[in-house]
Amino acid sequence: MSLYQLQKFLFDLNRDSAVQHEFRDNARHLLERYDLTAEERDALSAGDIGLIYVLGANGQLLMHFAAFLGMAWPDYIRAMREGVRRHGLPRAGLYAMTTAMDEKVAGV
Amino acid sequence: MSLVFAGICSHAPGITGRANMAEPAQRDALYEAFGRMRDQLVASRPDALIVVAAEHFANFFMNNMPSFAVGMADRYHGPIEDPAWLGIERTAIPGDATLSRQLIDRIMQTVDVSYAEEWKLDHGIMVPLHFLTPDYKLPIVPMNINCQGPPLPPLHRAWAFGEALRSAADSVSQRVALIGTGGISHWPATPDSGRINESWDRDLLDRWARNDKAALLSYTDADIYRQAGQGGFEIRTFICVAGAARGRGHLRHYMPIPIFAVGCTVAVMDVAA
Repeated sequence: MSLYQLQKFLFDLNRDSAVQHEFRDNARHLLERYDLTAEERDALSAGDIGLIYVLGANGQLLMHFAAFLGMAWPDYIRAMREGVRRHGLPRAGLYAMTTAMDEKVAGV
Repeated sequence: MSLVFAGICSHAPGITGRANMAEPAQRDALYEAFGRMRDQLVASRPDALIVVAAEHFANFFMNNMPSFAVGMADRYHGPIEDPAWLGIERTAIPGDATLSRQLIDRIMQTVDVSYAEEWKLDHGIMVPLHFLTPDYKLPIVPMNINCQGPPLPPLHRAWAFGEALRSAADSVSQRVALIGTGGISHWPATPDSGRINESWDRDLLDRWARNDKAALLSYTDADIYRQAGQGGFEIRTFICVAGAARGRGHLRHYMPIPIFAVGCTVAVMDVAA
């Protein structure tokens, strides 16, 4: 697990339009610059928000990646819950899930 | 001159970005509270506005994370987020590098701060400015406390930072206003987003309004995380304002709005001599 590197990629993407263009053109090539596990690399290149959440990404970074991928807010929340359903609770980080799977505290 | 205004408010991106998903009456009441805060801020005739915020990896990352940082530029830009996502257009916001330098020199007598001649403002500053200085004419001095994750500056250092910036504000010729922005209990950007611990929030706000230093500094981060979520670490900005103003606080608005992910808060504080 290389959560720091995964989050560094999200930080770079959120800040830099050149990185955003490169991600759209050739995500695999771009991600080679980061020291990621195969699982992390696959999750990022597939835009698998649920798995990236479970891997421990900070939500303040992740929610912008979701927006960049065109996900509306309710879809972002749903994707994280789906990630937990598929992979279990977050494995690292502070952004825990404490509510029940079907508990929509904000109606989404 | 002196510190002429002090207040705190929420900065959650949903306040502007998900405005249409909230119950209109709740949203409008919050917006009106921000409007009254703006009126009071304007009435204090400030020359500059210090915004103590808790940014979210817009400028500062875990490769080199300052506990305390102060902007030192004549111009800032924001929001860094997608304007459509945040519901705020990109714009330039005036700063005052000379004033920043004067404040930094004074603050550093007691608290070590990083300085930043570049600063992309995120929702932590842009949402409050959207309501409080909507024409973006008032020069700002952005300040940041790391509230994102451990190792975090201890709460008593957030208080000391407030005392230091008060001393600095009192030492310059300009009329300086101060706001601290952040959430109280919240679990933003998680599946829990919208969970709010109202009783914890109201207790925190009561301690803040009494300007009860001992009570404000008695929390542990483990308790905050358990009771108020990772978003609760942002109470450092409120503690900083209490340490700077040292007067009684007045809660103008508090309303949990789950789709905005926080108990939406607007409060002002008397500036004690």
